[in-house]
Amino acid sequence: MGRYVLRRLLQLIPVFIGCTFLIYVLVWSIPGNPFAGMCGERPCPDSFIAMMTDKYNLDDNVVVQYFKYMGNLLTGDFGETFSGLDVGELISLRYPVSVRLALVAVAIEAVIGLVAGILTGLRGRGFLDNLVLVSTLFLIAIPTFVTGFVIQILLGFQWEIMTPTVSSEANWSELIIPGFVLGSLSMAYVSRLTRTSIAENKRSDYIRTALAKGQPQRRIVWVHLLRNSVIPVLTFLGTDIGTLMGGAIVTEGIFGINGVGRLVYDGILSKEGVIVTGVVVLLVLVFLVINLIIDLLYAVLDPRIRYD
Amino acid sequence: MTDPTAAAAGSTATRDSESYVIAAEHVEDVVAKPGKPRSLASDAWHDLRRRPLFAVAGSVILLLVIVALFPGLFTDADPDLKNLAHTREPPSGDAWFGYDLQGRDVYARVVYGTRWSLLVGLGAAVVTVLLGSVLGIFAGFAGGWVDGLLSRIGEIFFGLPFVLGAIVILTLFRNAGVSGALPIVGAVVASLAVLSWPVAMRIMRSAAIAAKQQDYVKAARALGARPARIVFRHLLPNCLAPVLVYATIALGAFIGAEATLSFLGIGLRDPAVSWGVMIADSRNFVRVAPHMLLFPAGFLTVTVLAFVMLGDAVREALDPKMR
Repeated sequence: MGRYVLRRLLQLIPVFIGCTFLIYVLVWSIPGNPFAGMCGERPCPDSFIAMMTDKYNLDDNVVVQYFKYMGNLLTGDFGETFSGLDVGELISLRYPVSVRLALVAVAIEAVIGLVAGILTGLRGRGFLDNLVLVSTLFLIAIPTFVTGFVIQILLGFQWEIMTPTVSSEANWSELIIPGFVLGSLSMAYVSRLTRTSIAENKRSDYIRTALAKGQPQRRIVWVHLLRNSVIPVLTFLGTDIGTLMGGAIVTEGIFGINGVGRLVYDGILSKEGVIVTGVVVLLVLVFLVINLIIDLLYAVLDPRIRYD
Repeated sequence: MTDPTAAAAGSTATRDSESYVIAAEHVEDVVAKPGKPRSLASDAWHDLRRRPLFAVAGSVILLLVIVALFPGLFTDADPDLKNLAHTREPPSGDAWFGYDLQGRDVYARVVYGTRWSLLVGLGAAVVTVLLGSVLGIFAGFAGGWVDGLLSRIGEIFFGLPFVLGAIVILTLFRNAGVSGALPIVGAVVASLAVLSWPVAMRIMRSAAIAAKQQDYVKAARALGARPARIVFRHLLPNCLAPVLVYATIALGAFIGAEATLSFLGIGLRDPAVSWGVMIADSRNFVRVAPHMLLFPAGFLTVTVLAFVMLGDAVREALDPKMR
């Protein structure tokens, strides 16, 4: 186990460097003058260009630039925006909001998805099964931004149940509806995954054995069936936390949530490369580490899997 | 090609002496002929035709393809004709879906927008599957350090957040001055494909690794078939099914992704007006003119739904466990 963890950690390093380098090149090698339109109507003064070129090491080759940037990052220095704001501070203000949103989304999708999946998986064909299948199909087919829009209009403007946008503090209760929108797609996957997993395991030999030994129904379902069926669902949910923490640009945009998704979107539009690279480095790191933890959890949950 | 004669001669000895198998190439033909029930593909096709899900999804997709190819058949109105007198008028007998902000017929625009949405979905699915399956089958077949290297490269692209990566790539294209309908579609297709090929690669790779262990591949290798022949004649036909299922579902997902990117203002734009662009145009008028959002969004949903359903039906038909 220890050696496996070590090998996986070592494998993370090239992937992490590759990912962040790719984004760095994409963001900083944008063709054209990087200072175009930055000083209003007039061209930028030479002293400003010289200062900025020096600050972002723009004279160096892009590989050297990248390693200088990463060197600073390792000491905790995320750099400064063109207007002199500290990027690390910007991120530390915004990131908790995004994490909260992702957690709310995952909690909602886990509860609703698991309940729907377990009910339909246990009962088999019937009205409920068809209802869940059709509604999950629709959830998969409707893009998130349309769901978000429609819910915002209906609940926010027409029926006035919620405030259409989230305040800058972004309390847990305010994030429930945006979290529902963000998690709606994965909710469909969770319920389908649970359903097929239970339906498959229901026919397995160990369930037949448990039945044959005369175990009570309750114990068969809760101990034998669910514990084995829920493993793939848990790994999906784990990966989803990693994805949702970086993929909330659309939801944050619709509900006006001041999270890291909007920060990076604004950063791209205003060509603030430092913000974009800083946020992406963080997101990639979170994504990779969560995936590693999920892989390790797999062995804990399913004793049949051994790493060596 | 030295041993195949000996190896093949050994195998013919057990069969009728009249079938002269000289090179490895002929072995498979001989084996395939004698009254084999049905191949997996034709079996799946038999099963598919009897599924209502497939019939519904198939006819919706067929209709959409006809709309995309010949939009003139479905509407006489000009999608670009602006008449400010009609601005944001709700649906009526003249214009079934109403008018948009600049007084253009929403129905005509939705009909003419079909081709751009489908084109992006199809293009991205084809590029993703081609790139992913070529690399995947290569990685799976070669194994060793080639597999390790390709898998790591795949992980790098897989690790990039999807929407974020697409925005960055598309901004790059935009700053490079890409304009005109087809180049813009190309840029969107490229950004979608660059970020999703690792998924197709993983599917193909695991299928190739599983197929590589099969006896027919070992037999072909023993008969002296070259690697290229093993890959194209033996591995590819047996690994294609899961990738095709993925491609069908991904096609729908790419249409949705294009709409999301257009909604953010960096996907398709003016000469190529897709449903996503129309939804983005409607965002500030949703409260006063909901028809501007609902009709393109409805078409989008039905299209994605059709492709997801088709993918589900094909997967169930190909997977004997589900029957």
